[in-house]
Amino acid sequence: MSQSKSFEGPNAPVGVSCPVPITNQDFVTLAHGGGGRMMHNLLDRIVIPAFGNQPLESRHDGAVMDMNKGRLAFTTDSYVVHPLFFPGGDIGTLAVTGTVNDLAMCGARPLCLSAGLILEEGLPMATLERVVASMARTAKAAQVTIVTGDTKVVDKGKGDGLFLNTAGIGIVEHDLIIAPSRVQPGDAILLSGDVGRHGVAIMAVREGLQFETTIESDCAPLVEPVLALLAAGVDVHCLRDLTRGGLATTLIEIAESSRLHVGISERDIAVEENVCGACEILGLDPLYLANEGRFVAFVPAPQAEHALQVMRAHAVSSTAARIGSVSESPAALVTLRSRIGTKRILDMHSGEQLPRIC
Amino acid sequence: MKFVDEYRDQAKAEALAQAIARITTKPWSIMEVCGGQTHSIVKYGIDELLPKHISLLHGPGCPVCVTPLELIDKALQIAVQPNVIFCSFGDMLRVPGSAGDLFSAKAKGADVRIVYSPLDALKLARDTPERQVVFFAVGFETTAPANAMAVFQAHAHQVSNFSILVSHVLVPPAITAILSAPDNRTQGFLAAGHVCTVMGFDAYLPLAKRFHVPIVVTGFEPVDILQGILMCVEQLEQGRAEVQNQYARSVQREGNRPAQQLMSQVFRVVARKWRGVGEIPNSGYSLRDTFAAYDAETRFDVAGYHVNEDSECIAGQVLRGVKKPKECPAFGARCTPDRPLGATMVSSEGACAAYYQYRRHEQTSGAAGKRS
Repeated sequence: MSQSKSFEGPNAPVGVSCPVPITNQDFVTLAHGGGGRMMHNLLDRIVIPAFGNQPLESRHDGAVMDMNKGRLAFTTDSYVVHPLFFPGGDIGTLAVTGTVNDLAMCGARPLCLSAGLILEEGLPMATLERVVASMARTAKAAQVTIVTGDTKVVDKGKGDGLFLNTAGIGIVEHDLIIAPSRVQPGDAILLSGDVGRHGVAIMAVREGLQFETTIESDCAPLVEPVLALLAAGVDVHCLRDLTRGGLATTLIEIAESSRLHVGISERDIAVEENVCGACEILGLDPLYLANEGRFVAFVPAPQAEHALQVMRAHAVSSTAARIGSVSESPAALVTLRSRIGTKRILDMHSGEQLPRIC
Repeated sequence: MKFVDEYRDQAKAEALAQAIARITTKPWSIMEVCGGQTHSIVKYGIDELLPKHISLLHGPGCPVCVTPLELIDKALQIAVQPNVIFCSFGDMLRVPGSAGDLFSAKAKGADVRIVYSPLDALKLARDTPERQVVFFAVGFETTAPANAMAVFQAHAHQVSNFSILVSHVLVPPAITAILSAPDNRTQGFLAAGHVCTVMGFDAYLPLAKRFHVPIVVTGFEPVDILQGILMCVEQLEQGRAEVQNQYARSVQREGNRPAQQLMSQVFRVVARKWRGVGEIPNSGYSLRDTFAAYDAETRFDVAGYHVNEDSECIAGQVLRGVKKPKECPAFGARCTPDRPLGATMVSSEGACAAYYQYRRHEQTSGAAGKRS
């Protein structure tokens, strides 16, 4: 592995060496992580212009920012998605939305992110440029700045092209505690939109599956509807974005942490027709498929209608629906009322869903 | 979604359940043959809708579950060899062999890949001529045509680095074995709709007659299954033993003739071992001599390998409908989907896995109790 070096650092020394190294390459080499001129060129040419902001441009060891008094939310996540590009997004959009959404689920307004780039030797420079541009675009849309970062280059064969890590800080501008411990019997469960699109979009590209229409990931920042719910005075008890494991796993986690029963209705959970078709073909359950732009909100039942109206005013949650409610028993379980009116328990899968034989 | 929603309709399902309740006067035990049907029954709680004296037995029709331990071991032995790309359907990867599964082989460096069709594996072989590409050809009559086609095309285009590890089994001999067993409880069958889409249903006529048992070719959606049960109960109540076709939107009496021709060109019928059941005569396929060069067992010299199965696992009795998963002392304790003792706990179509996923809380919670 190469020497480590951050985006920031001393000004590059000026001078001519002989022989002159090849600096204008089309792909990443180990030298791009070596801390020398090539790394600085990479940062100057690709990374810093994309994310341009004062703390980053100061090239210090870290970012220093002014803050008002209040509570902070802090989170981190790593992104190793394959393929790097998929319909509806790429690893760059994911790396920003994922961390921004985690902050939003704490009820926080995201302020700033860090970005750690782990590049595999041989990565086309054009790929890096495209991903960095996506990160910058998504950060702008989510009103968050990328203020500090780090770049490493690993040997060919020791990475999958490009891995990203982002950490984020957000400010909590209210007094609510938003956590599974606040979920109460009688809470309504609101789902922000249809489920399963990200999981199928990734699988379709990864496995070369073709459908009549392209299924796009739902990857999107969820900050707006969450801040709107808080601004509208909804007493939000719990928020959770639906990532790996999907809606079912998220609800099971909340039922287990709160020791309460979560009851949902299959009929009220939207699944797009092409996602539904892909699941039928592959033997997958859309309730367990990954999403990157969906969340559930647990709110007091009397506020459910108002909360839905607030959510539906935002494009990312325009089809929000009430899918169920919380009760005392049977505790720590999620049950689903099926389309034919029967009831079944949703259980956590032991691993990733595997496509069935027939 | 069209062709799905209408078969998951609550009003239709309830009307069929009421019709079954109206005509049922005695206790009946009906076996659904196919694992896909078992999965649907447990997932939708179809048995909750039935009168209490109709008992559903879960049959041997999950290809993952009946693939014998020694075939999994052979797959593992082949997969870890250098220069091999081992391709399989997804749910075979977690099936435990004597020492580990294909997932753990992959973690240790074997090149194991999930494919959706044997033709994808064949394409991979053509794209990587320097590697040996092996496809794990498991399944019933449903998957046999595509596997036959892959071998046929490999032969036609001389793709010499392609081979298949064959573990094909056939439904009618399994039904014969179940009905011939002294502890048989099954009085009627829901035959597997997709198997019959390929094979037709003529092979079931002599079985219905010989064992005086109704056989209804049935689909996989809740309304299909309830209708299949209704047709089966009607026959049982009237003392009839006929072959009927509930799944007429997919199944024709003669089946898919071109597929059958291809299968008989590539495969021959042989005795096969079934996991938990043992060897059943004339119950599976092997490659014919013309295509023997594509047999991975000979190519990788694993044909002579034999192994005994775990004695605690009662998968064999579950697969024959003699016991329910929860009657196994290891169920949910020493045997879970994370650490399965037998293959019925692995596949989503396996009866034990389906019960674990949807029913294991039942006694403590009462959340999915049977309707009275």
